[in-house]
Amino acid sequence: MLESLSAQEINTMPRTGISVQTPSKMEVIGLNVKYGSKQALFDINIGFRPNKVTAMIGPSGCGKSTLIRCLNRMHELVPGARVEGKVLLDGQDIYGEDLDPADVRRRVGMVFQKPNPFPNMSVADNVVAGLKLSGTKDKGHLEGIARKYLERVYLWDEVKEDTKRSGASLSGGQQQRLCIARALAIEPEVILMDEPCSALDPTATARIEQLITSLKENYTVIIVTHNMQQAARIADYTAFMYLGKLVEYDETTTLFENPHEQLTERYITGKFG
Amino acid sequence: MNTRRVVVDKVLLSLTVVALVAAVVPLVSIIIDVTARGIGAIDLDFFTQLPPLANTQGGGMANAIQGTVLLVAFSSAIGLPIGLFSGVYVSEYGRTSRYGSLVRFLGDVLAGIPSIVTGVLVYTLIVLTYQSFSIIAGSIALGTMMIPIVSNTTGEALKAVPNSIREASLALGVRKWRTSLLVIANAKRSIATASLLAIARITGETAPLILTAGISTLWFTGFNQPVASLTYYIYYFATSPFTNWQNLAWGAALFLMIIVLGINMGVRVLTRGKRVYA
Repeated sequence: MLESLSAQEINTMPRTGISVQTPSKMEVIGLNVKYGSKQALFDINIGFRPNKVTAMIGPSGCGKSTLIRCLNRMHELVPGARVEGKVLLDGQDIYGEDLDPADVRRRVGMVFQKPNPFPNMSVADNVVAGLKLSGTKDKGHLEGIARKYLERVYLWDEVKEDTKRSGASLSGGQQQRLCIARALAIEPEVILMDEPCSALDPTATARIEQLITSLKENYTVIIVTHNMQQAARIADYTAFMYLGKLVEYDETTTLFENPHEQLTERYITGKFG
Repeated sequence: MNTRRVVVDKVLLSLTVVALVAAVVPLVSIIIDVTARGIGAIDLDFFTQLPPLANTQGGGMANAIQGTVLLVAFSSAIGLPIGLFSGVYVSEYGRTSRYGSLVRFLGDVLAGIPSIVTGVLVYTLIVLTYQSFSIIAGSIALGTMMIPIVSNTTGEALKAVPNSIREASLALGVRKWRTSLLVIANAKRSIATASLLAIARITGETAPLILTAGISTLWFTGFNQPVASLTYYIYYFATSPFTNWQNLAWGAALFLMIIVLGINMGVRVLTRGKRVYA
């Protein structure tokens, strides 16, 4: 149905709920993304509120992962990828010419779909990997940081007996919490999560969700999920994407209980996807 | 129908066994023959004395061992770093650019060049220019041969490191060059393996040395002077009509074989039970 509409038409559709006065931590303006000749995102405009959890949902291939990867310039690592438009972080365009992507990524951390601890590093070294690889050498300081963030992700009690063992020896859920600790240790302002629970069992998922909820006190959290229940449980705001377009963006309760768009309603009631 | 399957199965199995035997028999007979004929020539003199005159007693291959060690060391000093860095370029920087595939292509071409051709090239450029065979010329020829071997295997080893490691590092705001070092650290075992195999390969080279390092009956006398090597001495002594030289050639062949086998065993130990990206 939506395929026949232009990006312009979709983006000018009326949306309700979100006050334009709320300042955004990150703001995406007129974002178009192409892989070679194939366009993945069409004129996306969206703002992410500070100290809130924003979820992006939609069927596979809708562009939600592409969008989240544009927010810390990871997307440009894909060969042939081109980005047009602006992504503002506290009002500053992260695609500005004088900006080093590494500096952007230090302010906008990322957790990936599959837990990816560094296999040749210990649990403790994994947490402080970002600091060590960027030149911090003070051992005592690093040990303190490692403990602080392992405690922050509720992993300390499980690994304190032996923080020297390999990060790869942990269970999947522990590995993912380790990766979150690693992302937090560089003290970012925004945390991006690309389907962080899709490789985990329900118990491990529950622990991560609990952690995400606690994170918004200090961070702005943006999460991509294919699991609508998860978005409903943890997100303050939810964006629904379809075929590279942003269809609807609203407070989570509104989007799930009283969606404005027929397409959103059909998706969340399971009529397609 | 069923019997036909059984017959086909048996025939194919027999063929593989025959092929296996055909492959193993020459290998084993070479090892046995070289050991049996060479063992008598290996004594203390073999490692400490200079080569003897024809039809005399005693003498050894000490200068050839010294020369081979020096040649391998100097050619590694040339070939390993250049090969390593170009492998890193192919995998980490040039994967999408035209230069990356060009380097990769040149690596394949260079790896396929017969060693005698490399020898002729270095002979023309270095030996004729300085009017002398030299250890420098030999090392340049062998080092040139190492570059594509090390570059190609290093590139493959790095490409086999999961992309998630690069992404994890870059997403932490780690700079590109530092991320590449991390990727190299994750493939260090494969890279060490590739380097050892390249060293084993050039240790056994003869043809380019005939045209570049030359041969010498003396110890190492200078970088711009010819130098003895085990492989050239094997060729030189084995084709001579003198029994004492022929015996030393067998001894040198055995010693060389043990070294190369030793390196390959070292590779096995290095990679045993470990995940190797190669």
